[in-house]
Amino acid sequence: MVRMLTVAMLRQKKEAGMFSFEGFLDLALIWYGLIAVAIFFYVLLDGFDLGVGILFPFAPTDQCRDSMMRSIAPFWDGNETWLVLGGGGLLAAFPLAYAVIMPAFYIPVILMLLGLIFRGIAFEFRFKAGRFRQVWDYSFHFGSLLAALMQGIIVGAFVQGIEVSGRSYAGGSFDWLNAYSLMTGVAVIFGYALLGATWVVMKTEGQTQQWARQSASYALCYQALFLAIVSVSMPIMNADIRELWFSLPNFFFLLPIPMISLVLLISIWRDLHAGRECRPFFLSFGLFLTGYLGIAISMWPYVVPFGITFREAAAAPSSQSLMLAGTAVLLPVILGYMGYVYYIFRGKVGRESCHEGTY
Amino acid sequence: MLENLDPVLLARIQFAFTVSFHIIFPAFTIGLASWLAVLEWRWLRTGNQVYADVYQMWVKIFAVTFGMGVVSGVVLSFQFGTNWSILSDAGGNILGPLLGYEVITAFFLEASFLGVMLAGWNRVGRRLHFTATVLVALGTLISAFWILSANSWMHTPGGFRVGENGLIYPTNWLEIIFNPSFPYRFVHMVVAAYLTTAFTVAGIGAFYLWRGRHIPHARVMLGMAMIMAIFVAPMQLLFGDMHGLNTLEHQPAKVSAMEGLWETTTGAPLLLFGWPDQEAEDTRYAVEIPKLSSLILTHDFNGEVKGLKAWPADERPPAAMVFWTFRIMVGLGLMMIATGLMAIILYLRNRLFDTRLFQYWCMALTPAGFIAVLAGWFVTEVGRQPWVVQGLLRTEDAISPVVGTSVALSLAAFVVVYVFVFGAGSYYILHLINKGPENGEDAYGGHVAAEKGGRDV
Ligand code: HDD
Ligand code: HEM
Ligand code: HEM
Repeated sequence: MVRMLTVAMLRQKKEAGMFSFEGFLDLALIWYGLIAVAIFFYVLLDGFDLGVGILFPFAPTDQCRDSMMRSIAPFWDGNETWLVLGGGGLLAAFPLAYAVIMPAFYIPVILMLLGLIFRGIAFEFRFKAGRFRQVWDYSFHFGSLLAALMQGIIVGAFVQGIEVSGRSYAGGSFDWLNAYSLMTGVAVIFGYALLGATWVVMKTEGQTQQWARQSASYALCYQALFLAIVSVSMPIMNADIRELWFSLPNFFFLLPIPMISLVLLISIWRDLHAGRECRPFFLSFGLFLTGYLGIAISMWPYVVPFGITFREAAAAPSSQSLMLAGTAVLLPVILGYMGYVYYIFRGKVGRESCHEGTY
Repeated sequence: MLENLDPVLLARIQFAFTVSFHIIFPAFTIGLASWLAVLEWRWLRTGNQVYADVYQMWVKIFAVTFGMGVVSGVVLSFQFGTNWSILSDAGGNILGPLLGYEVITAFFLEASFLGVMLAGWNRVGRRLHFTATVLVALGTLISAFWILSANSWMHTPGGFRVGENGLIYPTNWLEIIFNPSFPYRFVHMVVAAYLTTAFTVAGIGAFYLWRGRHIPHARVMLGMAMIMAIFVAPMQLLFGDMHGLNTLEHQPAKVSAMEGLWETTTGAPLLLFGWPDQEAEDTRYAVEIPKLSSLILTHDFNGEVKGLKAWPADERPPAAMVFWTFRIMVGLGLMMIATGLMAIILYLRNRLFDTRLFQYWCMALTPAGFIAVLAGWFVTEVGRQPWVVQGLLRTEDAISPVVGTSVALSLAAFVVVYVFVFGAGSYYILHLINKGPENGEDAYGGHVAAEKGGRDV
């Protein structure tokens, strides 16, 4: 492997004066997978943050809200960084896709960013506000809600396809807005609420936990409903997707995905009612994974459905190689120290006064 | 009505607005993170409670500022696509990896250990907390490294070739990362951030001294800040000069605009003031020092300096903006150096901490760094026009296929939201400043007298 690497690098050096793994790795495919993973990490991690924000005003007391906020305060920034990685990674690995998708979703992207601003500043401001605390409670809630809605709308519009001509977006400003994308927007809100509620179940005790348990049950029912709608509607809307899922032998390979979802839905429901604290959260991760896989498989091999495949949009091999070298070394390190930070703040959030430390 | 708006102009205004808003926060947090690391180190070494109190006060301000830096930065990282999609497509092979490396080397580091730094004081050991502070500080510097590399590449591109469709391909990564203007821009910017922090801290220290509050803490603040002013401010003049000479080599039109010079001249004068007029191709009301410009730029009294007329009219940057923002930056830089000199004199006379006039002066200079940083970026970025990538891609060709209405409305939304966020953030920072350090607090663990200090207003 090492020898192959050096040989490949030497050969490249002669050709272009720089290194590339092109000769022996399918770079475009690897990056297609890595970007998908980064976006998935974002959805999971910021998903539970945003979910906490979505549920925020419904919590029974101010104390509950305090502990909910403190349970995510040390993590939200790291979680949001996966979004920056998803965006930056897309620019690095598939610049053409980035250049088409961003203008296509100009308005929802900007609204999402505005939502994330209101969500993000609420952490620092809320703990310092005396009289105006409520303003930041709402900023946190509506910011999270807006960001989740826009992310859902973007997904819904994305799977319906983007109009491309040449190397640019060719549709209008509001192509993203229709009943279907609104439905997926609402679906994501409930999905995130499920993640947020199960997180709160895991991280808190007493009244807060009890309330979160109940909220999680509600969110779970809606989540099941929306999963069903999306699973049925995608093959109906698009012939290629229908072909992909319902032709043999694909059908049998893909069958486990909806089956596992079903099992997960039932297990989360039972865990919540059996009083388990941690498992619902991780099983909800599983539920998101099956849903995400379902969509990701339906999009294959497009980065801009249904106009540009991941091979057409791929960046120069040397650019993808450089990023891959860094990612291969640094991603495990990042996961390591992120995990360590979660470990430092493990267990239930304390009851200390919120003025302690910075929070 | 909105349809007639020029999307290029709007997109430029929007980008300029959001990036200018963003840089205010890094300019402060880069320096502050490093300073906090020094404070915590001093505290660990000496056990002097004053350091811990000062740390505790400023880390709260850091948290607010950093939060605003993060949310405004996330916006920027998407604006390359929403506003400059052609640039993203054409330059993505090069800009993408640089920004990508910023995320994996810096942003994750900052974001993860920020949590420990802010919420971990009572949770983790002293050493680990100190390590977290150092890692956050390191993260801000690494972040500056990559983003400035990307930015410098757009000013002085190197290590590339142009392929079909006008796409730009990398040919040598070292030449791309360490492009000609990068080392100068990196040093100049990091020093600028340190000075910005130093003068903010100095202003607030002076404010406490003037009010007669928190005296021991205020001495630490003003004293440490003056060390920066004495040693680092003069270095900035040197670095800035070297930066300018580098620009003369690679972007001479920008330098001509800074100098307000239209005709190519030997023995060119240095214009102190004046009004560059783009239409008349002349700088009016000029107040000049003969031959000085030639001396600075060519190290020869009779050296030749190119004037703006050496370029066709559509390749000249808007001179008035570059000319004036350059003078604002240099003027503030000179005032910072003067502050350092005053501090030396006062220190030698043992009057550093009780000279009223000097306290007013420092309070007045509190925002100096921010203004100088913004002015400096305006020189650099406006001076690059009409190019977005010097010599390769013009700004007007880099724009996304987005209608003017969308850009105008989103610009309006950004302005409203940012004014609100910035207003609230400033309010809380001022509140924290007014509260001051909570002296006597047992910084590590209990809170012996948490509410004792700072209520004496
Ligand atoms: C000289 C330094 C510098 C410059 C010129 C810029 N930034 Fe910045 N940025 C930082 C220095 C920095 C920082 C010090 O690393 C920040 C500031 C506060 C913070 O949270 O980190 C940051 C935060 C920050 C974040 C949030 C990171 C997170 O999630 O933690 C993003 C996405 C960007 N920036 C992106 C940009 C883009 C796209 C820029 C250019 C157009 C840009 N920054 C200019
Ligand atoms: C952070 C400090 C910065 C400030 C205050 C700043 C300021 C500005 C301003 C005022 C403009 C508008 C110029 C004009 O249209 O007349 C501009 C343009 C631009 N800047 Fe910067 N800039 C900064 C950093 C960066 C960085 C780090 C990058 C990229 C890595 C960058 C990329 C651009 C781009 C793409 C444009 C738009 C095209 C153009 O108008 O030239 N800027 N910036
Ligand atoms: C004291 C004399 C100074 C000189 C001679 C000087 C010189 C310069 C020059 C020539 C540029 C333009 C670089 C280009 O061509 O692109 C520049 C940019 C800049 N300056 Fe200064 N500068 C000085 C002081 C300062 C101070 C005090 C600050 C802030 C505290 C500052 C902050 C900046 C920034 C942020 C930029 C834009 C980024 C860059 O291109 O490096 N400068 N400076």
